[in-house]
Amino acid sequence: MARMKFLCDAERCIECNGCVTACKNENEVPWGVNRRRVVTINDGVVGAEKSISVACMHCSDAPCMAVCPVDCFYRTDDGVVLHDKDLCIGCGYCFYACPFGAPQFPQAGAFGLRGKMDKCTFCAGGPETDRSATEFQKYGRNRLSEGKLPACAEMCSTKALLGGDGDVIADIYRERVLRRGKGSEVWGWGTAYGPGNPGAKPPAQQQQPAGQKS
Amino acid sequence: MRKALLLLIAAFGLAACGEREQVIEPVSEKRYQGKRDSKPWDNESPVVELRGGKWTKGNQASWEEQIKIRQLAQHEHKRIYQ
Repeated sequence: MARMKFLCDAERCIECNGCVTACKNENEVPWGVNRRRVVTINDGVVGAEKSISVACMHCSDAPCMAVCPVDCFYRTDDGVVLHDKDLCIGCGYCFYACPFGAPQFPQAGAFGLRGKMDKCTFCAGGPETDRSATEFQKYGRNRLSEGKLPACAEMCSTKALLGGDGDVIADIYRERVLRRGKGSEVWGWGTAYGPGNPGAKPPAQQQQPAGQKS
Repeated sequence: MRKALLLLIAAFGLAACGEREQVIEPVSEKRYQGKRDSKPWDNESPVVELRGGKWTKGNQASWEEQIKIRQLAQHEHKRIYQ
């Protein structure tokens, strides 16, 4: 059984915001709501600037799900964390619980009334009839039911953002790191594989000639 | 009388000082009472124009197989060097 996850390769992300645009366009996300955004650290510092694309990470043990007072969250068989907007009361607890700032709240009216929570659905829609107009209006496009992956990952020009089964995309990332010829010093390696051996180097026999580096 | 009144006030006033043990509740998804979502593989595979995958309706394994092919398409080393 697949466990759908995102993985962003900070060595490749060029902060083009193509993923943000793809998400906005594909799901017709309203003004003021960003299901996905690109975060940059050390902006402008030569050699130290890194960007990653962040959205809901579809946590295996999701804190939003734990704190929701109306229990509007559920997890699909593919490990995607979704919610029912008919149950959501827009309290904002999930926003405080989420370490990634994924839950978004549309603001409407002169007094900034907070609407129901909106977040990345891994392009899996919601608990409405698949591919229906209602589902699209409430949750956006259901690409998984069309046999596709999230638009952000599929649109990524440098393939920095990978989406899919955690095992599959981790394998892609691991092979990419080995081909680069860089190992544990690569930003994100520890995140993906744990800080077990900080000085570890990738196996020498798997390193590729310089001409084939990505 | 005054002493009793003070004791009564103190008893009520300190009632909030007690600390209830905080325990982690079971995962919320088990308490989810909303609409049931359908499975992606229970849909027909889309028409050619939509460029989606092909699978047998209702067959989870065939859907997973084609979505895995889609995932591996993100691996440019496989696409380019093989």
